[in-house]
Amino acid sequence: MLKTYKLYIGGAFVRTESGRYLKLKNAKGDVIANVCHASRKDLRNAVTAAGKALPGWSGKSAFNRSQILYRMAEMLEQRGPLLVDEMVLMGLTKTAARREVNLCIDRTVYFAGWCDKYSQIFSSVNPVASPHFNFTVPEPMGVIAVVAGKDTPLLGLLSNLLPVLAGGNTAVVLAPEAYPLSSVFLSEIVNDSDVPGGVVNLLTGLHQELLPHLAGHMGIHGLIVDDCSQETAASLREQCAENLKRLFLRDSDWTDPESQHPYLILDTQELKTTWHPIEVISGMGSGY
Amino acid sequence: MAISSKTTWDLAPAPESSDHVDIKKTYGLFINGKFVPSVSGKTFTSINPANEQALSSVAEAGSEDVDKAVKAARNAYNKHWRKMPAAERAKYIFRIARVIQERAREFAVIESMDGGKPIRESRDVDVPLAANHFFYYAGWADKLSYAFPNRNPSPLGVAGQIIPWNFPLLMAAWKIAPALATGNTVVLKPAETTPLTALKLAEVIQEAGLPEGVVNIITGAGATGAALVNHPDINKIAFTGSTDVGKLIQRAVSGSDKKITLELGGKAANIIFEDAAIDQAVEGIINGIYFNQGHVCCAGSRLFVQESVYDEVLEKVKYRIESLIVGDPLDKNTDIGAINSKEQLQRVKHYLELGTKEGALLHQSSCKLPKKGYWCKPSLFENVSPSHAIAREEIFGPVLAVQTFRTVQEVITKANNTPYGLSAGVWTDKGAKIFNLSSRMRAGVVWANTFNQFDPVSPFGGYKESGYGREGGLHGLSSYLNLK
Repeated sequence: MLKTYKLYIGGAFVRTESGRYLKLKNAKGDVIANVCHASRKDLRNAVTAAGKALPGWSGKSAFNRSQILYRMAEMLEQRGPLLVDEMVLMGLTKTAARREVNLCIDRTVYFAGWCDKYSQIFSSVNPVASPHFNFTVPEPMGVIAVVAGKDTPLLGLLSNLLPVLAGGNTAVVLAPEAYPLSSVFLSEIVNDSDVPGGVVNLLTGLHQELLPHLAGHMGIHGLIVDDCSQETAASLREQCAENLKRLFLRDSDWTDPESQHPYLILDTQELKTTWHPIEVISGMGSGY
Repeated sequence: MAISSKTTWDLAPAPESSDHVDIKKTYGLFINGKFVPSVSGKTFTSINPANEQALSSVAEAGSEDVDKAVKAARNAYNKHWRKMPAAERAKYIFRIARVIQERAREFAVIESMDGGKPIRESRDVDVPLAANHFFYYAGWADKLSYAFPNRNPSPLGVAGQIIPWNFPLLMAAWKIAPALATGNTVVLKPAETTPLTALKLAEVIQEAGLPEGVVNIITGAGATGAALVNHPDINKIAFTGSTDVGKLIQRAVSGSDKKITLELGGKAANIIFEDAAIDQAVEGIINGIYFNQGHVCCAGSRLFVQESVYDEVLEKVKYRIESLIVGDPLDKNTDIGAINSKEQLQRVKHYLELGTKEGALLHQSSCKLPKKGYWCKPSLFENVSPSHAIAREEIFGPVLAVQTFRTVQEVITKANNTPYGLSAGVWTDKGAKIFNLSSRMRAGVVWANTFNQFDPVSPFGGYKESGYGREGGLHGLSSYLNLK
């Protein structure tokens, strides 16, 4: 009997409310799995779940988020052999699959390390001319939709998702169409790594069908689309104008170590500046 | 306000079991990945200061042992550590953090047995902070170019590190974690009264599979430390301890290119304004001076109370002192454990006598002290003048010197009137006053409406004779890097 790969919404593995399924075939044309064909309603449910999870996740200490992402890396390592099998099932060679999994583990460790560091890089204390203590810090943008590119089974998805999570945002992820199995595998790892339900919501389905709904959804604050056509890009820019959704179009080669950097985190941060008066006694200015 | 100075605390003993801990009868020096005896065969005994019982016999490193350790570190630096991709280096450090977390309970119990600190503190502060410090710096290993843009950060080489007895495991973490993350190798010397958790850490380092010689841990007293400082093949000395020894170290290395960082003594001002939330401030005063028996370089040992609230604050502080539970460090109810050593107890007693002789008024808890072991009642002095030794010199024990003030300017002057400059505390309801005070304090750390807070991401270190260099945070990296 074929396994049916479920959606992951609000910390639960659910079938699509639409009852629609996509049949995933291997190179020979044999059907290897049933995959949920997510609907607009599933997408809305995912956004609602991500919105609900936002206060909890963004309110966690940076250290705690770091520990949770590191735990994800440990789980990826532990279950690496199974993940390799899923990738082989989808058509990768064993060598390519192993390489992909190792890159995924390293990338997860890399961004786990950034959780409690990026604000030290991107914050500032601003020496304003008046007696005020003035500082600027990055804060999570909110609910971010991540649309994975088609080139890699998992690395591209993770490379775009991890900076979102490290920065305290919650996410609605659209899995790569050709590689849904490793994406669903990832949601199982997320589920078992102390990541609270709703922080990551993962949908499988057809990108062209769901993209306009992501771009138009008022509950999504930022949209990351990896590897899309010029034509799609133009229409996304237009649709995102509705709620001034921040749009990030990416096309990196994620196997390149240079593709990982903290500015990916900064993309989905808002910057907040706070002013606070400083007492002035007998005309002495402060050192700030 | 009427509060009785008699307390009714009567808690049943709740000792943490020490059955599960594994303290070996003897420990060798950890050199090149193995425990080896010292060349001379000399050993010393580490005792439990709460009952004076011997815990373990530990090898004493002489200059030949120091040389072996430095050679091992140099070899590991050249052959493995400097060449290893930074992301791989990070993985070893992450693993150290994980193993400490997994063995946290054992570490906490040994820390309390060897050093005398309450199990609640070793369990909730020392050990988790040590693990977190490794986690934090592990992540920096492959991100250094972001910390120092437009530089090409490179490691210094072999770091000699000497740590004190007040936070043995935590200080080892503060030293080792940033050194490794930045690509240096290490020879670390723990204090002679508290070597055991550093030696347990050596076991963790073995378990984490670090290449041999990347971390070497050698035990001994001042002579061992001097041999390490004077070794010609050391590139960096990191020292935490007394200001006197810090000055000796600076003189010793003055003819060489060794880089040094010094985290030395302190005599922190803890300032209570009349608009402060008094009950919270009282807790901050107690925590500031009695945390870890006052064996804290950043302890709030000089209390400044605004005159208008002096009576209220002092009455509450005295009441709170009376409620502190002094006794068995392994008891989970204990607030104040044993003084770390006989020598330290003598030093504290010397100041208690001197304070009285100089005319200050001593107040102590009426608690009973255990018969065996080294103990000191939580103490405070009133009628203190700025010229008194107890107001100027670091006591490193549970002894608070209380002074008063009227105006902001006055307290700023008084607080800064010290050769030290490690930390300061400010208690007030006014944010604007906090930022004014924080900018005026000549101290490396200022706590506002809190005290004795530590975090791996937060830099720690002093102004003036409290030393130089910072540990923790992004700034803690630069002490171990060449940024030319």
